[in-house]
Amino acid sequence: MKTILLSGNTALSYAVKQLDVDVISAYPITPQTTMVEKLSEYVANGELNAEFIPVESEHSALSSVLAASAAGARVFTSTSSQGLLLMHEIMFITAGLRLPVVMGIADRAVSAPINIWNDHSDIMAQRDTGWISFFAESAQESYDRTIQAYRIAEDENVHLPVNLNFDGFILTHTYEPVTPIEDELVLKYAPKKRRKLVLDPNNPMTFGGLGSPEYYFEAKYQAIKALENSLKTIIGADKEYAKISGRGYGLYNAYMTEDSDTILVSLGSIGGSIREIVRRMRRNGSKVGSLSLKLFRPFPAKELAEVLSKTKSIVVLDKASSPGAIGGPLFLEIQATLKSFDLNVPVIDIIAGLGGREIGPDDIRLMFNRGLKVASEKKVDRLLDYVGVYL
Amino acid sequence: MPKKVSEMEEGFVMTTPRSSMQTKTGSWRAFKPVIDYSKCISCAICWSYCPEPAIFLKDGKYTVDYEYCKGCGICAAECPVKAITMVRESD
Repeated sequence: MKTILLSGNTALSYAVKQLDVDVISAYPITPQTTMVEKLSEYVANGELNAEFIPVESEHSALSSVLAASAAGARVFTSTSSQGLLLMHEIMFITAGLRLPVVMGIADRAVSAPINIWNDHSDIMAQRDTGWISFFAESAQESYDRTIQAYRIAEDENVHLPVNLNFDGFILTHTYEPVTPIEDELVLKYAPKKRRKLVLDPNNPMTFGGLGSPEYYFEAKYQAIKALENSLKTIIGADKEYAKISGRGYGLYNAYMTEDSDTILVSLGSIGGSIREIVRRMRRNGSKVGSLSLKLFRPFPAKELAEVLSKTKSIVVLDKASSPGAIGGPLFLEIQATLKSFDLNVPVIDIIAGLGGREIGPDDIRLMFNRGLKVASEKKVDRLLDYVGVYL
Repeated sequence: MPKKVSEMEEGFVMTTPRSSMQTKTGSWRAFKPVIDYSKCISCAICWSYCPEPAIFLKDGKYTVDYEYCKGCGICAAECPVKAITMVRESD
């Protein structure tokens, strides 16, 4: 298909249209607004035959699509920051009820102070809600993952909600060339599937019943295991997608990690900038590498351990904080991974880019130099540090 | 009875309607409402206030269904002639 110019937001909307979604409910919030605008336009002009439910809040938006999903509809919602926090309660319920809801998240900082720019504070506050969580690096990847998301969510071995994270403004508002796949191919790859358990007046059943202490633990265990087991389907869906589109992303992008002295681990759009600095530093003989993670839940610990075992030190870049913890959310996962797989590689955490603070080339160089220092001295002086903050 | 994970429907969906009847909530009770029929005037206030509802008209008498009564005590508090006493359940 012909390459077109789309922003991260409109790339997602375009995919949602091709996926022939039945019900959309969303509340506009910067920087997600243009995605909702585009979707309501598609519905209004007849390009997409869907029900668009305007609601008064994000809590209602997710509740509406949850109910539509329980009735068997293919659904979509999207939000950001404060809106995502308002959905928090319903996110647990969506995963607990095993409903294949797909949501786009324009990652943005969380108040206070009020701030509309990018970091990962909003999604990291939802990490234990039981959803599958992807991170994208480009508009093309956002588009491709949206199509994969429906195939994964609606797979009978998964039946879980999926969220697609793409950095606010950096991806949502940047126009890039995107090559979509044909409409028919989209629905052939991700066909709508009728689930066995759906709300139907002719065959009544209860969704969201009371799980007293005799039942709750088993129901929760079932949802936890479903998320753990989804990894296989996620990998398979990406491989199948690569066959039809020529584009696959895997669980991570590892760049020059094989012979490295240090690896910088990151999530989201910063991955491309990091790879550029790797190229520049490699020219000057510094053995640095980049590991850009694509999937945060389920956390692919075993697969990452393999990459991380080949280096001498690790720097984790967190674009979110976990105040009072020994490091940021990504750092805690990486450190637990190293320990669990008996890897004795020193690791440090850097928190940067909060509230849209720019992470420039010099900041990335500084992070790599910290890692190189740890690798040569074989010891960690400072476990957690902040880059780009004026002290 | 607890169910095994493998016996449970996906997402804890209940496929049998009226399944709430299977949960006998009477076991939650710490105090039991006992009606003194020498005082009862059959006004039906206990029947209308019971949130379960676990009070029924049986053979012309308002009767507590102890399989479902949670022992909240609303009936005793609302009874205009103080015909209902809350009695501690024996262990």
